[in-house]
Amino acid sequence: MNAPAQPIAAPSAQHLIRPGPPARCTPDPWIWQLDPAAPLPPDAARQPLVLPLAHWLALSPTRRSPCWGVWLGPVDDPEVLLPDLPTLPLVGVHFPVFTDGRGYTTARLLRGRCCYRGELRAFGDVLRDQVYFLARCGFDALSLRPDQSPEAALQALGDYSWEPLKGLAHAG
Amino acid sequence: MYRYNETDQRLVEERVRQFADQMQRFLAGQLAEDEFRPLRLQNGLYIQRHAPMLRVAIPYGTLSARQLRKLAGIARLYDRGYGHFTTRSNIQFNWVRLEEVPAILAELATVQMHAIQTSGNCIRNITTDQFAGVAADELLDPRPYCEIVRQWSTLAPEFLFLPRKFKIAIAGGAEDRAATRFHDIGAQARLDEAGNVGFAIHVGGGLGRTPMVGQLLKPFLPRAELINYFEAILRVYNRHGRRDNKYKARIKILVKDLGLEAFAREVEQEWAWSRGGPNTLDETTFARMEAFFQPPALPEDDPQAPAYLEPLATHTPFARWVARNVAPHRRAAYGIVSIALKQPGVPPGDATAEQMELVADLAERYSGGEIRVSHEQNLVLPQVARRDLFALWDALRTRGLATPTIGLLGDVVCCPGGDFCSLANARSIPVAAAIQQRFEDLDYQFDLGPLELNMSGCVNACGHHHIGHIGILGVDKNNQEWYQLTLGGREGNGAALGRVIGPAFAAEQVPEVIAQLLEVYVAQRQPEEIFIDTVERIGHGPFKARVYGAGDRP
Repeated sequence: MNAPAQPIAAPSAQHLIRPGPPARCTPDPWIWQLDPAAPLPPDAARQPLVLPLAHWLALSPTRRSPCWGVWLGPVDDPEVLLPDLPTLPLVGVHFPVFTDGRGYTTARLLRGRCCYRGELRAFGDVLRDQVYFLARCGFDALSLRPDQSPEAALQALGDYSWEPLKGLAHAG
Repeated sequence: MYRYNETDQRLVEERVRQFADQMQRFLAGQLAEDEFRPLRLQNGLYIQRHAPMLRVAIPYGTLSARQLRKLAGIARLYDRGYGHFTTRSNIQFNWVRLEEVPAILAELATVQMHAIQTSGNCIRNITTDQFAGVAADELLDPRPYCEIVRQWSTLAPEFLFLPRKFKIAIAGGAEDRAATRFHDIGAQARLDEAGNVGFAIHVGGGLGRTPMVGQLLKPFLPRAELINYFEAILRVYNRHGRRDNKYKARIKILVKDLGLEAFAREVEQEWAWSRGGPNTLDETTFARMEAFFQPPALPEDDPQAPAYLEPLATHTPFARWVARNVAPHRRAAYGIVSIALKQPGVPPGDATAEQMELVADLAERYSGGEIRVSHEQNLVLPQVARRDLFALWDALRTRGLATPTIGLLGDVVCCPGGDFCSLANARSIPVAAAIQQRFEDLDYQFDLGPLELNMSGCVNACGHHHIGHIGILGVDKNNQEWYQLTLGGREGNGAALGRVIGPAFAAEQVPEVIAQLLEVYVAQRQPEEIFIDTVERIGHGPFKARVYGAGDRP
């Protein structure tokens, strides 16, 4: 499980599901910048871009647009975004392979410790058999791998009516 | 015992449904092998040498008679009439059919059992002392804490895709019977000066390819913080554990690479965020959990009942069995009975459906309907009145379950090895059988006294060979099976790893080499000194000299 052999693929606009409620499939309005070295497109400030963390950090705050989101890889520390999180509309978390579980902790840290309330998006090797667990860690948007059926994934969100730790008092 | 509620029942049923669907998609070619593999492993399903193997969870080694009967039924209907109890107090079925696994899981769910997280890179079944709640030397009953940790770790969504597997053991006794220092996290009950309950936390222990004794991470963790602190450890591990090399992915390697102090600092920083937070456990939770494990209302009884003392005085085989297989219960009129699954000629840990059913019946008749599974691959009836011991022994004898060798040489701990397991480099069962046969003489075994012999068929060390007083490891050299011997391993409070004594042996040499090691012990021991203490006192030298002579092979 080294760095992925293939270049990171942009999420498919037709494979975005939102656990809700209500759980639904919606189009993806975001434009994903995957290469940290790629230049910003013309008129970037008004476009809904999602930038790689390295690119975001390289820009001085005055050059960042409030329209933009940021995405993190498995080794990225979400805490470097702390000053920006209150105004960031979207944070993406990339799963190079579904068995790399670091993104689950990234999500928990963003939602818990960092109090991030904007859209938290999983993308990459996101499969229907993991969507229930991703949603439980705080992801409210899941860009499925393009071969995955959005309908089946929406159904899989209901794999369990049981919730972790619900039986333990004060746990939640 | 913990009584499973609607939440638990719903979970296992939903799990069965989910897995049946995954299996169906796999068989229909809609789910790739690589994508199915982690899913089936998290349901305990391995593809093995002859057939798939299903590992069923026995949470902290506790079974009801009803559950044990269900396991017997599954062994009969879906396997070849037996099951294998493992060193992590689970049970494995070695001859199941892939397409029948969903049906087996559905059967298990009717008695709230499952195979969740018995394999895969996630938090595995929690283990504990097989004498929990009844041992005379116990500080506190660890089972309520095991149950809390079981509920937290079951499908814990953040920790299902860790760098590698993760094992937790919790012990409540003065004596550590749960091998806590050989787990990723080992928790030992402690009381502070004010009498508050907490745990000493060890981290980074484990056997396998790189055996290590766990290091003390926290001398006293207040019990309220159990989940917060475990979560902090897991989070540090999930973020920073190595994922580039599966042989370096266990938490022990992270602890070693960072150093204990730096690792502890990371955990403390992580814990600072959750300490006192929403997952802090309160007194109500502990009280509710403890209520499940209240000792049964055992009637007053006579520890000197004639029904016990008379056969004890006159019947040597019974007296021997009592001496080895009955441990002190906290109530003098009762005993804790270990049922050895170590009948000579039968793979250690194996039990037939008939044996399981007999044990279930006897548990109901004599021991409150409860059975424990020990990490030495034996079964335990935790509370038997001394007056009933003779009748119990007599009934166990009918099915070969009265082998009186608990803690002796015959109590060999052994993995399924190359006969079954596709990971193994060498067979282990025939070698264990040859050893049991060679030292069949009970007089000799009793004379030798406590001696732990553990055997694994490969470096994954499922037979825990590193902690055997004598350990045997099967290795492959040029497609031939060879056996490496270690000496000086020990579990419990004086935990230590055995060290290899020298070049490996062929299978047929092993019993003779062990005989030579034992000769040295018998010649050198001091009165009352057990084998492992002699090894620690005189070192490996005399043993090596006897086995290898002046450097020659025997």
